[in-house]
Order: sequence, then structure tokens, then C-alpha cells
Amino acid sequence: MSSADIYREIILDYYRNPRNFGKIQNPDIAQKDSNPLCGDELEMHINIKDNKVADVKFTGKGCAISQASASMLTELIMGKDFEYVKKLTKEDIFDNLGLHDLGPARIKCALLSLKVLKYGLYSYLSEKLKDSMSADKIKEEASGLY
Amino acid sequence: MQTSVINIESIRNDFPILKRKVHKDKQLIYFDNAATSQKPIQVIEAISDYYLNYNSNIHRAVHELAEEATAAYETTRDKVAKFINVKNREEIVFVRGTTEAINLVAYSWGRQNVYKDDIIVTTEYEHHSNIVPWQMLAKEKGAKLEYIGVDDKGELILDQLDGYLDTGRVKLVTFSQMSNVLGTITNSDEIIKKCRKKGVKILVDAAQSVPHLKVDLQKLDCDFFAFSAHKMLGPTGVGVLWAKKELLESMSPFNGGGDMIREVHKYETTWNDLPYKFEAGTPNIADVIGFAAAMDYLERIGMDKVREHEIELTKYALDKLSQIKKIKLYGPNEMAKRGGVISFNLGDIHPHDLATIVDEDGVAIRSGHHCAQVLMERLDVAATSRASFYIYNTKEEIDVFIKSLNRAKELFRI
Repeated sequence: MSSADIYREIILDYYRNPRNFGKIQNPDIAQKDSNPLCGDELEMHINIKDNKVADVKFTGKGCAISQASASMLTELIMGKDFEYVKKLTKEDIFDNLGLHDLGPARIKCALLSLKVLKYGLYSYLSEKLKDSMSADKIKEEASGLY
Repeated sequence: MQTSVINIESIRNDFPILKRKVHKDKQLIYFDNAATSQKPIQVIEAISDYYLNYNSNIHRAVHELAEEATAAYETTRDKVAKFINVKNREEIVFVRGTTEAINLVAYSWGRQNVYKDDIIVTTEYEHHSNIVPWQMLAKEKGAKLEYIGVDDKGELILDQLDGYLDTGRVKLVTFSQMSNVLGTITNSDEIIKKCRKKGVKILVDAAQSVPHLKVDLQKLDCDFFAFSAHKMLGPTGVGVLWAKKELLESMSPFNGGGDMIREVHKYETTWNDLPYKFEAGTPNIADVIGFAAAMDYLERIGMDKVREHEIELTKYALDKLSQIKKIKLYGPNEMAKRGGVISFNLGDIHPHDLATIVDEDGVAIRSGHHCAQVLMERLDVAATSRASFYIYNTKEEIDVFIKSLNRAKELFRI
């Protein structure tokens, strides 16, 4: 897809004015990851209450795609059922961003946020909920993203 | 509008890849030469000639193919000696690249000579390959790694070296002759003079300098010197470690195996002569032979001409780039102090986004930390964009690049 399609107004807006940017004190989930090839960095904090995402925030540095993707993902999961969040796929991320057919080099930028989310859910499931079966499944999904 | 110093048209004809299109119909403009250069047809043919006509292992067999292959391989060693002006061919060790050369020194010389509380000095603008091997050695030995800082002009703060040398604990000073990010040409003579007074050994990472500057090792009084073939028109997988004979003789081998031995018994082995002591196993014969063709090519043009051409391009590019509003250029302004590497940031466009946009116009630039995260921290940026030139680049290509940067600005509404 061409740059004109990638860098639409909405992507640039989320890049420059990221929603839910920041940290949560004592979050239920705190997860970070980076993309060693480009140096994109992302940290996500989530609070879970009554099986729903009560709050979510992120901090990070990186390209417009990685940062917009993270910000839009936080909006997507805010207030949603835990079960819904667990089932998110990369297609959901592409739909959410309105970006499809990104080249192989840039797909990683778009999916870093989902990777961080999935690894965060893995820790939460295995350590706090002691649900090792769901945890292993989501870990496998996370490592298979790219 | 081509630069006048070299015959650019005939040079470009020697690089078939420059004719290809990218993104369907965009003429390729290759500005990622600091990462690896393109290869002329002469190099590609030298490699295929070996495989087609005299493929054979070297040094051992007595048949005709082996003799031809050995002669071609060893001729390359003579050419390297001439190219960097060293007297003794046995001081030229073929390795996989600059990274392996530095690791060889860290592993072999470092383990024999660096002890607890000793100091190894490097600089803030090193490639990871001239930092990580020394971190590993320092950790193993309980030694310290210290850094010569970089000032706001992108030059080394050499006064800091005096402080380290005064401790009397410095064993090695290691630095790149040209920064792969800022293009800064290091004041090597000054560093070496300071080190010599204190009897400190010196390693020069010449990965970025040998491809672009005339180097004379009889004038540059260092102890170790490392560079790669693939950044100077040669193939990947070949590099050179040069070191003074008495040093190489005092050092233990890096790899043990075939070709590096004189006699092997059940429990004892004696080492082969230099340089074979450091060339265990079947080497990268084809690519070493290809490397000779690369040096021939550069010598035909003349390294002075290469430098002149790059100065002309870099000046032209810096002039055009500095007219772009919201651009931040890194590295020295004076041409005498820099090579054809330009790092920059444009407004708040992340380098990866910028590289994606200019790539669409056919321009291949690099974006990221350039394996120099210590320098990125010093510059207080996550990443930069980098354009780097070589003999086949033209001012017309720079014009396309500038136009593409302006398109990026429009897309990002800055």
C-alpha cells in the first residue's frame, strides 16, 4: 500500500496526539517489548475489574504506525470484556488501523502493540488466574505474530 | 550535472543492479552504501570464473586447479598489502569481516593481555561491533570499558583520552576511523600520538574509511587494523585483520582446525606460520578472489578521485538538505572532517516512516540506530535517517531524493 494510504490524517493524529498515553500505578498487567530492528518501544499497563478492562494506558517511542496502532488498540479494548480482548487477532488490528497489505518490514510496526498485549495477558493468565492452558495458548499466538 | 572527477557513466555501466527498477517503475537510487556497497560486474565475474573454471580447495592439494585457486587467493593478500600499504604480506589475515577481526583481537590478544582493573578505551560513536566484544572481555576479566565522548559537532572530545591514559591502566584504545552514522573522520594521528607516548596498543576500525579514503598503514602507526570487503565493492563474508607481525606471533590462535597447524599429535599441536595460524578451516576462497577484483576496480579509479567525487556529492547534498525547513543534520560541517555519510531527522517524522516514503520513490536509505545505540543515546534520539554515497551516485539522484523528502513533508503536513 502506498504512503498516501498509510499516512492518512487519522494515523498522523494518533501519532501526534496519542490517546491513553501514560502509565497506571500498580497495574494488574504491565508489559513491554521492543522491536530490535527498528528500536520501536512499547509499554502497556492494564487494570482488570469484573472481567473487564477497567483502564489501559501505554507509553512508547517509535514510528507513526507503531504508536498509532498502540493508541488505537487501547481505545479498542477500553471497557471491553476480558474474553473479547483475549480473542483479538492481527486482522482486528489491521481493521482497526484501516491498514491492510503493509509490507513485511512495516507489519511488525503495526503488530507490536498486539504482541505486547498478548504477552501481558499471558503473564496475567498464568500468574494471577493460574489458567495455564489459556496462558500457553495466548503465548503461542503472541510468538507467532511475526 | 555529474561530478567532473570521474567518468560516472562508464562506472554506472559496470553495476548492472543500478539499471533495475523498484516499486514497479521507479529507478533505483542506492544511498545505503555505508551498510554495503553494490558490486561491479568485474567482481561478480571473478567469483563465477572461480566456480566455473578452477573451483578447488587451497594450500594442500598438488593438482592444477588447486594451484590456480591458491595463487588467486594469495594474490588477493598481496593486493590488500599494497592497497593499505603494508610491507609484510603475512600480516594480512583474512576473516569474515570487521566484526570477526575485532572479535579475534578481543579473544586472542585481549585474553592474554587484559587483566583485572585494566582499562579499554573506545568511543561514543562506535558501531556495536567495536563495543560489544570489549564489554564481553571486560566482564570476563574484571576490566573497565571507558568512552571518549562526542561533542555537539559530532567530533570526539580527545581531551578525555588524556584522563584515561594518565591512570596508567589503559591497555588498548580502539576507535573507528570514520563514524558510520555521523560520517566524522576521526583525528587518528592525534589519538595514536597520545597512545604511543604511554605505550598503549591501538585498534582502528576501518570499515567505513578504507572504502572511501586513501589509507597508508606505514604512516598510520596503529597496532591492529580491521575492515570489510563488502563495503568497498567486494563480496560479503570477507574481511581483513592487519596486525604487526610480532603481535600476531605472540597471540594464540582464535580457531583451531585444519590449515592453521604445523604438526598435530594426540595431545600437542604446533601452529602454522603467519598468517595461516589465524585462518583455520577452508576459507571463503571465492569471495576472497572476488575481493581482489574490487580493489583493482578502486585502484583504477584512484582513491583520491573516489574521495573527491564523494566530497562533491556530500557538499551538494548538505547544501540542498540544509535548505529544507525542520531538518536536523548531524555530524561536522567541514568537508575535510567528514565522509559521504549524512544522518538527519526531518520534523517529527520517524526515520522508518521517512525511509518507507522515499523508498516508494526508488531511494534506498537507512533508518534506525545503525548499530550505534550508544551514539543514539548521546544524540538523544531513538533513530536517524541516513543517506550514504559511493562512486556511482550522482547529483541527479540527490535531486530526486530531495524531492522525495519534500513529498514526505507534505504527507506528514509539516
